[in-house]
Amino acid sequence: MSSENVSSENVSSENVLPEKMASKNLSLFDPTMVAPAIADAYKKLDPRVQLRNPVMFVVYVGSFLTSALFLHALLNEHWANAGFIFVISMALWFTVLFANFAESLAEGRSKAQAASLRVLKQNLFAKKLATPKHGSTWEPCPVADLRKGMVLLVEAGDVIPVDAEVIEGVASVDESAITGESAPVIRESGGDFSSVTGGTRVLSDWLVIRVSVNPGEAFIDRMISMVEGAKRQKTPNEIALTILLVALTIVFLVVTVTLLPMSLFAVEVAGSGEPVSITVLIALLVCLIPTTIGGLLSAIGVAGMSRMMQANVIATSGRAVEAAGDVDVLLLDKTGTITLGNRQAADFIPAPHVTEAQLADAAQLASLADETPEGRSIAVLAKQKFNIRAREMASLNASFVPFTAQTRMSGIDIGNRAVRKGAAETMKRFVESLGRPFPDEVSQVVQDIARRGGTPLVVVDDGTVMGTVELKDIVKGGIKERFAELRHMGIKTVMITGDNKLTAAAIAAEAGVDDFLAEATPEDKLKLIRHYQAGGRLVAMTGDGTNDAPALAQADVAVAMNSGTQAAKEAGNMVDLDSNPTKLLEIVEIGKQLLMTRGSLTTFSIANDIAKYFAIIPAAFVATYPQLKALDIMNLTSPTSAIMSAVIFNALIIVVLIPLALKGVKYRPLGAAILLRRNLLIYGLGGILVPFVGIKLIDLILTALNLV
Amino acid sequence: MTTQAIVLLIVFLLSLLVLAYPLGTYLAQVGAPGTIRGLGGVAFFERVFYRLAGPKATADMNWKTYALSLLVFNAFGALFVYAIQRWQVWLPLNPQAFGNVAPDSAFNTAVSFVANTNWQGYAGETTMSYLTQMLALTCQNFFSAATGIAVVYALIRGFSSRGQSTAIGNFWVDITRSTLYVLLPLSILFAVILMAQGVIQNFSAYKEVALLDPVTYSQTQTNAKGEKVLDAQGEPVMEAITTTTQTLAMGPVASQEAIKMLGTNGGGFFNANSAHPFENPTPLSNLIEMLAIFLIPTALCFAFGRMVGDIRQGWAVLGAMTIIFVIMTLVVMGAEQQAHPGLQQLGVDQQASQLQSGGNMEGKETRFGISASALFAAVTTAASCGAVNAMHDSFMPLGGMVPLVLMQLGEVVFGGVGSGLYGMLVFAILAVFISGLMIGRTPEYLGKKIQAYEMKMTSIVILVTPTLVLLGTAIAVSVSAGTSSVANPGAHGFSEILYAFTSAANNNGSAFAGISANTPFYNTMLAIAMWFGRFAVIVPLLAIAGSLAGKIPAPVSAGTMPTHGGLFITMLIGVVLLVGVLNYVPALALGPIVEHLQLLVAP
Repeated sequence: MSSENVSSENVSSENVLPEKMASKNLSLFDPTMVAPAIADAYKKLDPRVQLRNPVMFVVYVGSFLTSALFLHALLNEHWANAGFIFVISMALWFTVLFANFAESLAEGRSKAQAASLRVLKQNLFAKKLATPKHGSTWEPCPVADLRKGMVLLVEAGDVIPVDAEVIEGVASVDESAITGESAPVIRESGGDFSSVTGGTRVLSDWLVIRVSVNPGEAFIDRMISMVEGAKRQKTPNEIALTILLVALTIVFLVVTVTLLPMSLFAVEVAGSGEPVSITVLIALLVCLIPTTIGGLLSAIGVAGMSRMMQANVIATSGRAVEAAGDVDVLLLDKTGTITLGNRQAADFIPAPHVTEAQLADAAQLASLADETPEGRSIAVLAKQKFNIRAREMASLNASFVPFTAQTRMSGIDIGNRAVRKGAAETMKRFVESLGRPFPDEVSQVVQDIARRGGTPLVVVDDGTVMGTVELKDIVKGGIKERFAELRHMGIKTVMITGDNKLTAAAIAAEAGVDDFLAEATPEDKLKLIRHYQAGGRLVAMTGDGTNDAPALAQADVAVAMNSGTQAAKEAGNMVDLDSNPTKLLEIVEIGKQLLMTRGSLTTFSIANDIAKYFAIIPAAFVATYPQLKALDIMNLTSPTSAIMSAVIFNALIIVVLIPLALKGVKYRPLGAAILLRRNLLIYGLGGILVPFVGIKLIDLILTALNLV
Repeated sequence: MTTQAIVLLIVFLLSLLVLAYPLGTYLAQVGAPGTIRGLGGVAFFERVFYRLAGPKATADMNWKTYALSLLVFNAFGALFVYAIQRWQVWLPLNPQAFGNVAPDSAFNTAVSFVANTNWQGYAGETTMSYLTQMLALTCQNFFSAATGIAVVYALIRGFSSRGQSTAIGNFWVDITRSTLYVLLPLSILFAVILMAQGVIQNFSAYKEVALLDPVTYSQTQTNAKGEKVLDAQGEPVMEAITTTTQTLAMGPVASQEAIKMLGTNGGGFFNANSAHPFENPTPLSNLIEMLAIFLIPTALCFAFGRMVGDIRQGWAVLGAMTIIFVIMTLVVMGAEQQAHPGLQQLGVDQQASQLQSGGNMEGKETRFGISASALFAAVTTAASCGAVNAMHDSFMPLGGMVPLVLMQLGEVVFGGVGSGLYGMLVFAILAVFISGLMIGRTPEYLGKKIQAYEMKMTSIVILVTPTLVLLGTAIAVSVSAGTSSVANPGAHGFSEILYAFTSAANNNGSAFAGISANTPFYNTMLAIAMWFGRFAVIVPLLAIAGSLAGKIPAPVSAGTMPTHGGLFITMLIGVVLLVGVLNYVPALALGPIVEHLQLLVAP
């Protein structure tokens, strides 16, 4: 394999992942997923697995009991009875299997997604050196297989795959992805500049580096282990909900157990009928306990992490996914999140006696050879405003004067004519050294721009001050609406910037954030997070640099950019593979969806009990008290049919709700009260009404099939 | 239902609001430390108590210390009440020379009065000396009510704390202040008002008065050994007896009556309770007694609002309580006003008119009529009072089911003094938990996050009473000691047993009657239900208070679910009804529901 070949493959992962990720959007009941899930559903009948879910364990025990009762009825040749018990028993077994299937399906989908990530990582290769010195032969090694201590070669154009130590060579490295600093930095062996960061790119020359950490693939491993039931830890809200579900299960267990003596007493005093049978009691118990939510609970949790992966975010703890829904405060870096990466020319403000067009012309000349984004934006603005076309340096016979630390200005020389642009202070000194005046009006404009938060650049043409170019941060399109949405959701946005307070305030106002932290140092960030947390808020932030690590570790939801340093990734609890800081907003929504799905299905599950009572209670006691037939408002065919229909409905509703559990209840950025009203209507009222219809339908079908 | 019934309900609710609102403000001050303006004199007494109790008497407690103090205090209270009953024959103020109370009955009564249940297996005027009534029973009326207020203060502090410490106040301070500042002065006031209406207050021996008309009735003849005399066919021989005098029980009634209502205790001085003319002589005294039952539970809602710094929160809880109460009251009023089918067949006129109240008057006092009796039944069972001015056993099936359901909701519709509000707040926590999840946030109530620990304790609270009621009933219907006490046949007999355990475990204390509960079996079973129904709820509740106290409150934002509007009230009502009633549906179906269907729908 030639070295070109390798380096072309050795691109940073963020460029590849989005297309790859598309393949993860499997259809819900994709056959390749369903078949293994069905097999897995049977495997999960292992009592050790069932014991982990107390609600379903009760159904599981009920299935065994009714099976035993069925055998007992068969052996005693109670044929009619046996048929009824058989149907109930099968319905219970299927309730357990459906719940298992939901969990398996969710796990299968997550594992498939995680596996596709793993494959992807393996497609990236690093150049592993046979002996740790330059010039030795190298062989391609999958990035996923890199381990601490291996020695690699990185050459111009390569992305450094992981955090490492330089042991040989000198090279310029573009670390802009991590530090935001566009100027390349020099990295060499020994001294302070010997460490290189994963995700940065070598611009020139080569380096021999020793891997200092195991690569970020560990995140994927952690993610995979999280979706596997055995290792999955329940999240705090899931635990709280499970406690409630267990309590309801216990209470209904008491209800059904005590119903037997009550029924015996009723038969005794009424002098008619048979006491309620154990099968009917088990059927009643299974219908009353919250099996719908109990059966889907873990599938919902796994699916939540799955949705994170679909958004190209790898969560390293389920707790973080859940916490995302609770976030009150978002800390957002200004650059890259709120504004486009670089400042851009926004306006030409000419000096007295100079026209705007003249200024634009001079400014464009001064920027001709300037390849920085700021320089290019001046040329673009000049073209937009005055249609000044790009000119060739050669045809002008001009020479480029680059920006240096000494002169602190840049421009071109056309013969003796020097066209320059630079910061106001520098330019003032420059013109005054030429014995020319620096107009007060221009000084005034410069101050105004600075106060507004812009960057003023003064343009001088042949010793004459032509005017000022205003560079501004450009707020990303649509971001203001996004922040308004967040405000609706009750989330406060805070902009973090290294800019001074004036600049920060101006951008904050334009972007519509609620607050800002100007001249922010890493310590300030940490302090701010602690301050919010002490006020009872949950804080989310994104970060990429090593200096963000303490703040990331402190934040409740910390999203590290995949392009960021290893330290940042270790400190955070999520990694965004797209390295897109606006992703936080999506993460919050996914977190909320997770909780909403659980809450809505819980409400639905409990509300279902009303209809089930109306089906089972008259059926169970009508032999003792014939008047109870009046409660059978669904007018079901017979007591046995009523009980069968209720139990079958109870099993089928789990399957019907699997898509909802996996996709999640749709989140809309509405106020809490509106959201609650909507979900209460759908899942509360719906939960009361749906089973009436469902049970009646099943009863009709059973009757039509002559099964009852 | 009659117009008079509606007017009565409206007058009752409006008077209640007018009285409770200012009292709520006052209760909030009592719950906070410091002297209340204008009451420096009382504060002096308060300080003297603390001085006597020692230097650390008023230090803040964590929930465990608080719960321990509460349990010790109440256990000593129970022992004291037991001891007085067992020794009353040797103690003063016993003009009728009543003997010592039997151990099982004394045990039941001791637990009953300590647990604010005031279930009475005994008949007051034939069992208890004046000293027992005053020193044991009336004192516990005060202390059990004060215990309820103390617990609700502790819980509110859990909500209102800023999260700096897990302290929830001091039990001794709370119980002293609620007795000294609230219960004692209000009781004195109400006792005087009741005396003005004709409630008696004396230490005289029972009076033998001549009847205006002699009464003749027949009863079975007994021989010298007390055995029934049988005739040749084996039937008992009946003899006619004519009486010209009646014994009227006397006693310090008004002083006990006031706290019996204000403290939602409900233990009557006389067996007939508030149906007795010396306990509840006039329609006005009846209205005053109903107001007294609801006064402190209502005022505590306002106190809650003030103590958490948002009065709307108090209104929301009160709103949910009031809506459930009004619906239930209308049902029982409607049920009692309707004509009884049995009497209808006999052609009896059961229409309300100028001359008669109509409806089902069996077991009701003519001076109260249908509406005042129905309202009283709803009030006394909505609150965990349990005083009665009519026989609930004689109500129509649905009329009798309403008191049953009101108790089964967990006594949270107004409920007991303190216990009603703390019970309702547990339901609010549950409502917040479910709705919080539905909007995609870790649930929070009043800024405090509701997490696994709170849910665990909440679960215990909602598990305790249904378990006690259903298991107790199941045991009672399975053993002969339980079923032999039942006088009525069929489903009604079951309703009676269910009512007894519901009343005991929910600390109501009202009796459906029709069942002889003063047997060792029922005395023991019901005492167990009462003790755990009270304290197995209070302890986890204090644990919630302690856990909440240590949490930093989250500030309110647009994402916070509001817990004051109509939506939350609806949600709260839904949770109370669903969680409260679902557990009892099968039992109710075998009791009052089938009775109703048998009587009215498909006889």
